[in-house]
Amino acid sequence: MSAIDTLEKQIMDAVGAADDEAALEAVRVSALGKKGSVTEQMKRLGAMSPDERKEMGPLLNGLKDRIGEALGARREVLKRAAMATRLAEEKLDVTLPVRPSPTETGRIHPISQVIDEITAIFSDMGFTIAEGPDIETDYYNFTALNFPEGHPAREMHDTFFMREKEDGERLLLRTHTSPVQIRTMEAQQPPIRIVIPGKTYRCDSDATHSPMFHQLEGLVVDKVTTVAHMKWALHEFFRAFFEVEDVGMRFRPSYFPFTEPSLEVDIQCDRSRPGEVRFGEGNDWMEVLGCGMVHPNVLRFGGLDPDEYQGFAWGIGIDRLAMLKYGMPDLRAFFDADARWLSHYGFRPLDIPTLFGGLSS
Amino acid sequence: MKFTLSWLKEHLETDASLDEIVEKLTMIGLEVEAVDDRAAFKPFTIAKVVSAEQHPDADRLKVLMVDTGSGDPIQVVCGAPNARAGLVGAFAAPGTYIPGIDLELQVGTIRGVESRGMMCSERELELSDDHTGIIDLPENAPVGASYAAYAGLDDPVIEIGITPNRPDALGVAGIARDLAAAGLGTVKSPAIEPVKGSFPCPVAVKLDFADSQDLCHAFGLRMVRGVKNGPSPKWLQQRLTAIGLRPINALVDITNWLTYDRNRPLHVFDAAKVKGDLVVRRAHPGESLEALNGKTYTFDTTMCVIADDNGVESLSGIMGGEHSGCTEETTDVLIEAALWEPLNIAQTGRKLAILSDARYRNERGIDPAFNQPGLEEATRLVLEFCGGEPSEIFLAGRIPTPHKIVDFPYSEVKRLTGLDVSAEESRAILERLGFEIEEDDGTHAKVKVPSWRPDVEGKADLVEEVMRIHGVNEIAFTPMEQGDRVKSKILTTGQIRTRNARRALAARGMLEAVTWSFIPESHAVAFGGGQAELKLANPIAADMSDMRPSLLPSLLAAAQRNGDRGVDNVALFEVAAIYAGDTPEGQKRVAGGIRHGTAKLTGGGRHWQGAAQAVSVFDAKADALAALEACGVDVSKVQIFTEAPDWYHPGRSGTVRLGPKVILAAFGEIHPLTLETLDVDGPAAGFEVFLDAIPEPRAKATRTKPRLDLSPYQAVRRDFAFVMDRDKDAASLMRAAAGADKKLVSAVNIFDVFEGASLGEGKKSVAIEVTLQPTDKTLTDEEIDAISKRIVENVVKSTGGVLRG
Repeated sequence: MSAIDTLEKQIMDAVGAADDEAALEAVRVSALGKKGSVTEQMKRLGAMSPDERKEMGPLLNGLKDRIGEALGARREVLKRAAMATRLAEEKLDVTLPVRPSPTETGRIHPISQVIDEITAIFSDMGFTIAEGPDIETDYYNFTALNFPEGHPAREMHDTFFMREKEDGERLLLRTHTSPVQIRTMEAQQPPIRIVIPGKTYRCDSDATHSPMFHQLEGLVVDKVTTVAHMKWALHEFFRAFFEVEDVGMRFRPSYFPFTEPSLEVDIQCDRSRPGEVRFGEGNDWMEVLGCGMVHPNVLRFGGLDPDEYQGFAWGIGIDRLAMLKYGMPDLRAFFDADARWLSHYGFRPLDIPTLFGGLSS
Repeated sequence: MKFTLSWLKEHLETDASLDEIVEKLTMIGLEVEAVDDRAAFKPFTIAKVVSAEQHPDADRLKVLMVDTGSGDPIQVVCGAPNARAGLVGAFAAPGTYIPGIDLELQVGTIRGVESRGMMCSERELELSDDHTGIIDLPENAPVGASYAAYAGLDDPVIEIGITPNRPDALGVAGIARDLAAAGLGTVKSPAIEPVKGSFPCPVAVKLDFADSQDLCHAFGLRMVRGVKNGPSPKWLQQRLTAIGLRPINALVDITNWLTYDRNRPLHVFDAAKVKGDLVVRRAHPGESLEALNGKTYTFDTTMCVIADDNGVESLSGIMGGEHSGCTEETTDVLIEAALWEPLNIAQTGRKLAILSDARYRNERGIDPAFNQPGLEEATRLVLEFCGGEPSEIFLAGRIPTPHKIVDFPYSEVKRLTGLDVSAEESRAILERLGFEIEEDDGTHAKVKVPSWRPDVEGKADLVEEVMRIHGVNEIAFTPMEQGDRVKSKILTTGQIRTRNARRALAARGMLEAVTWSFIPESHAVAFGGGQAELKLANPIAADMSDMRPSLLPSLLAAAQRNGDRGVDNVALFEVAAIYAGDTPEGQKRVAGGIRHGTAKLTGGGRHWQGAAQAVSVFDAKADALAALEACGVDVSKVQIFTEAPDWYHPGRSGTVRLGPKVILAAFGEIHPLTLETLDVDGPAAGFEVFLDAIPEPRAKATRTKPRLDLSPYQAVRRDFAFVMDRDKDAASLMRAAAGADKKLVSAVNIFDVFEGASLGEGKKSVAIEVTLQPTDKTLTDEEIDAISKRIVENVVKSTGGVLRG
């Protein structure tokens, strides 16, 4: 073994034995530093004969390169080992819970969600959304809707009245969303296709009646629309709303002051499972809405000639639709703002009902 | 309206089954609400007591051997005093449900003697209140047969809901007419024969309304003298019992019978109790009457009464008086059939809160043409049941003879319903319903409305008649015209903002509440409301009296309710109307929310990463700005004013404005006194965003977004800290820094606010990072120094602060 081989072995052993960055640096200095063993050998090249130099030069340079490589490789090993140690020390208990996301804890009230669902369906059928005030006049709430003064049907509405004014005028809280029918006819020429979701008020309270509730009114006025179209529109609505292929419906003649002919609508359902209603199957009928052809007097109050214009209107409880679809048992809980109820029956903020993505997830 | 199947069949000749009848009733608008097939009576059979021995161990009990028709007598222990050998009665075997005691009968042992059934009383079958003994049938009653069939108790009871427009269907005869028109048989109501009176009615009637509106149009009165009143015939009692009425005596039962059979309410007076003639008039103020229901009512001048020399004897068309009512002692009876003003009946009935069959019918409208026939039929029944001698009829007033003609183009049926019904069929339907076709040219008809249909006024009403009888099911589902265009945006700006604000706030972890529009007066006043014009005249509860001026009181109260239930730290919001006045313009669309306790954006309560801090003005401010941004507001353009409404903490609240006037939102911590008024524990912070105040977005000619210009030159960031008065607002500092060079300064970010004794009393240090973004060249050190100097100068000048060394 030549002296150089011996030197190389010594240095390589030292590299392999260095077990931290500092020890490795000491090996580097002892070999390649200014006074390092390899450097010392290199210094001697100048004093050698050309032949000797020709032989020793490449040997020493090769040695230097190999040592450099070995140092680099060892450094990488040491670095990884050090990192592994550090990472091991940094270990955390990842099973610790994180704060819930606001988009997960926030909730949309079922009434708002159902209004959005209704909007998605009716907008597809060419309806727009109309609105009107909660505090109404007797004229818009009753007279213009063909409830004659003193008519018993007025009394059936359990109206909330505002305090009588000095001039004797007595405003009221609308008992239905129907006043918006008249307001719309006053503001807009046919063809009219609107739905009117909104708050309504009646002086009544139990598990299925609340002094404030929400109604969806619909109104179509043009020159061609018939009961046949009404049946189609309502059937399509229920099918889409309950997200079923088909839903059996029963239209029964009935009476409302502001429609003629008037009909009540029952939908087919199955109530045989406790706490659950299924639509589109079963042997039960559930009354869900009232509808009819707009009464000629109402068209006249709206400034339209009933021999020229015609159309249909309907009214349905939004809260009730929500209860039917999503199964809340008690209407009063809708307005109690109980966080547990809202979290349970409410909808996540990003669950936006659309027809293309489905009304509900 | 209730009736039985056999009762209906006295007016309707039909082969239809009960199911068919029920289905048809519903489909022609007489909605069947309930059918009682009276299956409960089915198990009871007729049985004969063969022997009755004294119970060995009980004085009051007997041991019966009962023949139920099987030939093998059964032992029954019975306590009825009338139990005796030979009695034929109603027997219930073990396993039978006994409605009157709500029990399923078991084989039992009574004082040591086995009992294998029961002989029933009327009360046990819920036939009457009679419990003095067991049912005692004639000896020839067929032993072993169904008791229900024998006693006429197997007659199904049908209950229908009658809409207010159909008074004619409040009598069984009218229902039969509708069913016959719909093809379910033929009408066979018995014809009514007049009864000749043999003397003038000794009591006269005067309609006395002076100059005021007539509340009674016609009043027919007739006496039958020498009657013998007593129980009415069994068949009549059974019918009345079946529909839930209590048989009283023959005279009273006749009035109830005609009320339901023919929709002709009547009243009977005991003539002996009536003093002098009858006057029909408005009540004198304070007059009162003890009515037949045992209650005493006091009247005002809007109400119509029937009086004699004693005073008020009857409340017209609603309820008779106790004093002149008919009893078993009555020998001379006065029968009244009158036509009242329906609206007045409705108003009086409502004011006095009296619900009676008479009121129900009189306020809906009685067939005037049937007034006298009704009186004749009542007379006939009185004579049949009670004997006696009838007087002539005294008629006060005039029977109205409505002659309503509707001009009816047959094409209306198709125009409104889409149904193809021939003119012939339309005409036939109308005629079957009693309409008379006075002229008919094949396309138009003049249709005379029958006297019993006060609801029919125009063409549309006739369309309904044809539609309901022809069949609503015949109308095909027909798609509405949908146009040939893809549908564009349909929501208004307000509607879009409502939806966006809602989703944005929910996405901030808040729960959407829907609360009452009316709140307690004290809450309304605490939030600037309580005006007289926003108060309800008839609130459903004292604490639901005022239309709310703000969403916050409802939400704060809700937070407290949640806290009381153990659910702390709730964040609630609502997007709804508030009421600044009673006009449509006074109703404002608002998105409001509150955070209670520690309900911060990242969640409330304790957590291993650190417990949440109490909510503050900045939580509310962030919510308000998020809602505004969701509604399309560029929040870099708004200004924050420190003035806010009184219900906020005066030093921790503000308003968001566009210019000084337009207030877009208010936010802040809730004032401790306000929390006290609402009885809510703090801390709480809230906000309201006034959605209507946000300017309508400008119409855009193009959807193209402005070009994105990214500078190729390096941005430079420099930090500055200023010491300034504590009261000086950060917004003016940021404005001053940005104003140093509006082109070059692209951002100012406050990264530290510090108050401490080292700074001196009433001082604070605010540190900002200013970003300088050149667009045309890289900044030189000299340029950076120059702009830095200007920033410091601007800030010092506008805030009075000094650069912190």
